[in-house]
Amino acid sequence: MIEQVKKLLDKKLKNVEELEQLRRSILDSRDASRTTVSVCGGTGCRASGAEAVVEAFAEEIEKRELQVTIEFRETGCHGFCERGPVVVIGPKKIFYQRVKPEDVSEIITETVLKGNIITRLLYTDPATSEEITYESDVPFYKRQTRLILGANGEIDPTDIEQYIAAGGYSALSKALFQLNPEKIVNEITRAGLRGRGGGGFPTGRKWQSCRAAEGDIKYVLCNADEGDPGAYQDRSILEGNPHSVIEGMIIGAYAIGAQQGYIYVRNEYPLAVEHARLAIEQAMDYGLLGENILGSGFNFKITINKGGGAFVCGESSALIASLEGKIGEPKAKYVHMSEKGLWDRPSLLNNVKTWANVPLIINKGADWYSKIGTAGSKGTMIFSLVGKINNSGLVEVPMGITLREMIYDIGGGIPGGKKFKAVQTGGPSGGCIPEELLDTHVDFDELTKLGSMMGSGGMIVMDEDNCMVDVARYFIEFLKGESCGKCIPCREGLAKMSDILSRITHGEGKPEDLDTMMDLAEILNTGALCALGRTAANPVLSTIKYFKDEYMAHINERKCPPGVCRELITYSIDSEKCTGCGVCARACSTKAISGNKREPHVINQGMCIKCGVCYDSCKFGAVIKQ
Amino acid sequence: MTKYWISGEKSVDITEAEDNNVVHLSVDDKNIAVSGGQTILEAVQRMPGIGDIPALCYHPAVRPYGACRLCTVEVSEDGGKSFRFVAACLYPARDGIIVRTNTEKVRKLRKGIIELLLARCPSAKVVQELAKEYGVEKPRFALGDNNCILCGLCVRACQEIIGKSAISLVNRGIYKEVAAPFYAYELGEECIGCGDCAFVCPTGAITMGANGKPTLPKVKIPYAEIGAMMSKEKLSASQG
Repeated sequence: MIEQVKKLLDKKLKNVEELEQLRRSILDSRDASRTTVSVCGGTGCRASGAEAVVEAFAEEIEKRELQVTIEFRETGCHGFCERGPVVVIGPKKIFYQRVKPEDVSEIITETVLKGNIITRLLYTDPATSEEITYESDVPFYKRQTRLILGANGEIDPTDIEQYIAAGGYSALSKALFQLNPEKIVNEITRAGLRGRGGGGFPTGRKWQSCRAAEGDIKYVLCNADEGDPGAYQDRSILEGNPHSVIEGMIIGAYAIGAQQGYIYVRNEYPLAVEHARLAIEQAMDYGLLGENILGSGFNFKITINKGGGAFVCGESSALIASLEGKIGEPKAKYVHMSEKGLWDRPSLLNNVKTWANVPLIINKGADWYSKIGTAGSKGTMIFSLVGKINNSGLVEVPMGITLREMIYDIGGGIPGGKKFKAVQTGGPSGGCIPEELLDTHVDFDELTKLGSMMGSGGMIVMDEDNCMVDVARYFIEFLKGESCGKCIPCREGLAKMSDILSRITHGEGKPEDLDTMMDLAEILNTGALCALGRTAANPVLSTIKYFKDEYMAHINERKCPPGVCRELITYSIDSEKCTGCGVCARACSTKAISGNKREPHVINQGMCIKCGVCYDSCKFGAVIKQ
Repeated sequence: MTKYWISGEKSVDITEAEDNNVVHLSVDDKNIAVSGGQTILEAVQRMPGIGDIPALCYHPAVRPYGACRLCTVEVSEDGGKSFRFVAACLYPARDGIIVRTNTEKVRKLRKGIIELLLARCPSAKVVQELAKEYGVEKPRFALGDNNCILCGLCVRACQEIIGKSAISLVNRGIYKEVAAPFYAYELGEECIGCGDCAFVCPTGAITMGANGKPTLPKVKIPYAEIGAMMSKEKLSASQG
């Protein structure tokens, strides 16, 4: 009896046939007449209140006993974070945005049961003022190629069966039973996949050298220590589709002959950690991880390791040091990690996005994959489009798209009719690209040529109100704080660079400062130990290259043209425009504004702390910022 | 037949490599033969006719670390087509590589590093001597009052030779420093007073105290204050 119960509870798939059988039975049991309702449960939408929406749906469905009619799921990140919480109603994919818990009852009554559209919840294209009903018609999605992120909106990441139903683990069974390790590596090489963590190293070559490396014990590592300000694509994949990463890792492990894998993930990503943990547990239960995977005789396990918060631990050798329990400092990589990595054993380290690409390549083939993208960079890249942009969110596009298409067609341009100034790509060590280079085709090599980089795919858009010197100061300050302090160029050089930038933004710049910073940049570039230091000067170099006049205005005229650097701006009141309403005087926290009622007011410069509250509060545009 | 220099001896003709493990490389236009498994820095030491490579974080008794970057040299692996900057203390002396230890670019980089070091440790003698050699007069940056260059030799000696790990490098970036466990002001039982740390210290930042224990460089921030200081800095940054 106990044996029989055990057998019933045992979900372990013993061979490929059982996997396919399971897939078929899940699909067969699905009722096509049921309406699917997907609510985005990614961290972005959760921040705008998705959890309450999910709860409201669950309650409403239970109350009305609609469990049979509605297939409800909380999915991973849909990407359009700007308009969250996002609700998509299948099968036609009606797209509702900024949904509140109080809308839920109406959605169920009107849309799910009667098929009526609630126009109030539709997305309105700001360019045409047109209300858009279906997800695929939203301009934000229309121009994307969502090979990796697409499944995020379809499946519940906490349920392995949904991933299997969507074709999951078919690449694994193909790799295990139709290909051999050599063929897998060849396929990855021919696909032209390059490391998505930023460096763009050919993935196939890395796999090949790790496969060829001597040693009985090898490791497979997943870098999920995403630390760039404004980038969160790795988090969204791990949260929304953790099995795609796990499947990629199993295939990689089989190709190089590893039995143990690690996912090094930021502790600051609790949902990603939780979903990855659940996914590993479920994959173990289904026999897709562990011993004798699908009856192939191949064993592989994955352990999660949570990072301690250091940005530098996203650098491969520092990540390995941290995994080993040592101080997270980078080491020289003159001997490749594919030969001597974790505990001096051959180790294959790839980024989350790189791993997520693997099942896709194995399933659809290298020929198909290599048709997407540019000559040197294949496939799609996920960018996190943030900053001064209408549609902020995660964007997956084929390599080679221009920056202009990304910012204006997908991103919907700059809010408030402001003028575009620059886009910062590649995280803190990337560079700022000005308007005249917006037609650049984005891939690994083109961005490097412009003095920036692909990095992890961060893309921060800046408008005319951003001071480029201040932007450079911000990123150098960030890197100074995140430098591990091991090598002198990075530790001392970044501190000095940050001092200089801070002086310039305080109006104490000297004419020779730019030369000094160029010298420091060269020391960093040639002398620093790891990639963090070697690329750290990019924000300074690119802003000096493209926005030199802004530096000169700060240094020579002691002026900050966009009016950001507090020490360099003054607020005054235009006596002709001022109506003497007194709003600014009441708002001023230091009582620096005085004047009689209905008479022009004045600002006492000695008392003004330049907080800008008068500027923001004046309805007549009478406060002048200079 | 190529003439090779073998460490410490005159040039000899090597017709046949007797030692299978021998590697041949070119350093500053000289062909040298050394036994394999060494780093460039180890290989060129004691080689006649090759100038000294400065190195402050290197000591033959402990594993190389690559922190001071002063031993940076230019290396080509493709027969001289392209060169890159590497730390000689870590880069393996491989067969067929071309090494340049004293090019203009290398000297410029070292000069820059020395300027940064001199700004940090203006009174450290070894740094002053290097500054003189590389023509650094006055750093363009604000001067510090530290003697510790954070080469980590003391920490590595204590760990690797003595096996005690009584001191460690703590914090990161500009806050990095050598400290006793839990930021104690004095070393406790874990230190056996061997004095190895003071011996390997290139700048004399660690001295042996009267109590038989080393005196570490004065820590800048006692532990309790770090949090407050960080938040103060963050506050000023967010206001700035």
